[in-house]
Amino acid sequence: MAPILDIKNLYKNYGPVEILKDINVAIEPGDFLVLVGPSGCGKSTLLNCIAGLEPITDGTIHIGGRDMTHVSPKDRDIAMVFQSYALYPTMSVAKNITFGMKVRGVDAATQERKLQEVAGQLQIEQLLHRRPGQLSGGQRQRVAMGRALVRDPKLFLFDEPLSNLDAKLRVEMRTEIKKLHQNLGATMVYVTHDQIEAMTLATKIVVLKGGIVQQIGSPAEIYNRPANLFVADFMGSPAMNLIPARAKPNGTGTQIEISRDGEAPLVLTDTQAPDLPEDVILGLRPEDIAEAGFRAGESVQKAECLIEMVEPAGADTFVVSHLGGKQVTARLHAETSAQSGKTLPLAFDLSKVSYFAPESGDRLN
Amino acid sequence: MTDLVINPTQSRPWGKILLRALLFALLGLFALFYLMPLFVMVTTSLKSLEEIRTGSLIAFPREITFEAWRTAWSGACTGIQCEGLRPYFWNSVVLAIPAVLISTVVGALNGYVIAQWRFRGANLIFSLLLFGCFIPFQVVLLPMARMLGLMGLAGTIPGLIFVHVIYGIGFTTLFFRNYYVTIPQELVKAAKVDGAGFFRIFWSIFLPLSLPIIVVTVIWQFTQIWNDFLFGVSFSQAGTQPVTVALNNIVNSTTGVKEYNVDMAAAIIAALPTLLVYVVAGKYFIRGLTAGSVKG
Ligand SMILES: Nc1ncnc2c1ncn2[C@@H]1O[C@H](COP(=O)(O)OP(=O)(O)OP(=O)(O)O)[C@@H](O)[C@H]1O
Ligand SMILES: [Mg+2]
Repeated sequence: MAPILDIKNLYKNYGPVEILKDINVAIEPGDFLVLVGPSGCGKSTLLNCIAGLEPITDGTIHIGGRDMTHVSPKDRDIAMVFQSYALYPTMSVAKNITFGMKVRGVDAATQERKLQEVAGQLQIEQLLHRRPGQLSGGQRQRVAMGRALVRDPKLFLFDEPLSNLDAKLRVEMRTEIKKLHQNLGATMVYVTHDQIEAMTLATKIVVLKGGIVQQIGSPAEIYNRPANLFVADFMGSPAMNLIPARAKPNGTGTQIEISRDGEAPLVLTDTQAPDLPEDVILGLRPEDIAEAGFRAGESVQKAECLIEMVEPAGADTFVVSHLGGKQVTARLHAETSAQSGKTLPLAFDLSKVSYFAPESGDRLN
Repeated sequence: MTDLVINPTQSRPWGKILLRALLFALLGLFALFYLMPLFVMVTTSLKSLEEIRTGSLIAFPREITFEAWRTAWSGACTGIQCEGLRPYFWNSVVLAIPAVLISTVVGALNGYVIAQWRFRGANLIFSLLLFGCFIPFQVVLLPMARMLGLMGLAGTIPGLIFVHVIYGIGFTTLFFRNYYVTIPQELVKAAKVDGAGFFRIFWSIFLPLSLPIIVVTVIWQFTQIWNDFLFGVSFSQAGTQPVTVALNNIVNSTTGVKEYNVDMAAAIIAALPTLLVYVVAGKYFIRGLTAGSVKG
């Protein structure tokens, strides 16, 4: 299938400042692409470029197989939900939703039918005569969605639509958006800096930093095989443990040596490691460090570690130890016997390990 | 406004009452002070000349007569003609209404473009327009006279309309621009995605939001244009003079006995429209001046 959105070598400058650098992204029909990155990295700018609301400096944008690089927003066959919702303040909810159709000259009967359809879908039927000012945040958010949904476009663009909502509503709306995506089979580009939103919604994630794409991949790829230190640190909560270590090849594999304060270094043996330089950063997710005995397998290595802190978090208990000069968090069962100040045998699952070069930050395996 | 008064003696009711009384006495005094001239004008205009000469300035009229008003409206002499204010009053109406409307519409469009379409050089243009607000009237008199001459509009009402529109655009643009910058840019973006163009967005989204600032602008412009004397006296000729110029002529060209009652009546007639505008739209004026943010 032809990609529905195809961005090639996109550059965007504001005056002399390069905001987006050499962006290349393509998505298939039905994809849910999530743009994540820290504040100010250019997510909104990229979305505005896709929508045609900002001219681009260089590169091309194809939507539905057509070159849309210089086409005005109204002809791009897109619908957009803005971070601030941007509801028309003097129009009723119904008028807000039908404004686009009215402008495009859709006949009144079709307008009414689509309005009822969307209102039903979003459960806002009883709000249709109200002004945006008379709605709660969550209701406004749904109206903003409704305005996009009546359009049935090739591409939906969402700019942090949930960022103004409280935590509970956010989780609810997240589920609703996911349902909508599954029911409509629509293609979506979704901006967020909430990485849980990214993981739960996306079929494909683009991680941006400073206007440069760091990694493009499925949520699992991004989570399990981050392309560099930035992605490893940015995605996941608590963040991936990134531990400075020394790699030494020996007969059967690679010895990974992690220094410890006032103790013998911790030595792990990875039989599947690629050729590694001497200095590496070893990345392991908290859930890949378990209590010895709870995790078994060829690549699981055990070591006694001094526990500095125990943080029960309901279903799991996080314990913090100190390795290679860094705090290392492990996710253990709730009924763990770990005690702070005591040692505990921990199991490191090296089948999930990531290695990074300390200087460039790039992934090595 | 009175609930802004902070009352430090909440616990002692008599102190509170005293403060209140003091406050109202003071306010009443101010009101009297400001109403005094109007009182004198109204009473004088209702007296006969005879009574003015013999009575006191601040006394009520013994016998109310509207003779002076009739004379002021349709009989007083402005130089050689004696038609009263009426023709000049209509000149002012014919002049002020289009001038106010045109300058308001242009200001609204200017403000909309400058605040929401941020084209290259928008800030420069806005600064220049602002600068235009601060140019004293006297400076533009001669160049403007020359311009009007070249355009063939010298001494005509359209010429005066042109002058007032040009001079007013700086202010009206400033008002609308400052109002529209408070409206989030994303509204325009959303409307663009919805398929609306420049004028459609203005008409459907911005204009309905603009009532308070339109009222402010109309009051401001109407007051400026109706009360203008300098442009009126400089760029008009016999027959096209606005009411302010005619009022001046009535007051200054009386020979023999000074008809104070007619002068007062004429002055009130000339001031009535602006008074009316404030009474009708005054509350929107305050609201518009203080209106900052637009609820999304
Ligand atoms: N009109 C503009 N002129 C100049 N610089 C701009 C303009 N708009 C945005 N920028 C800059 O572009 C960069 C990217 O902005 P953008 O709004 O895309 O960030 P973002 O990733 O959406 O951030 P957030 O998560 O906070 O919304 C920022 O450094 C910002 O300062
Ligand atoms: Mg943003």
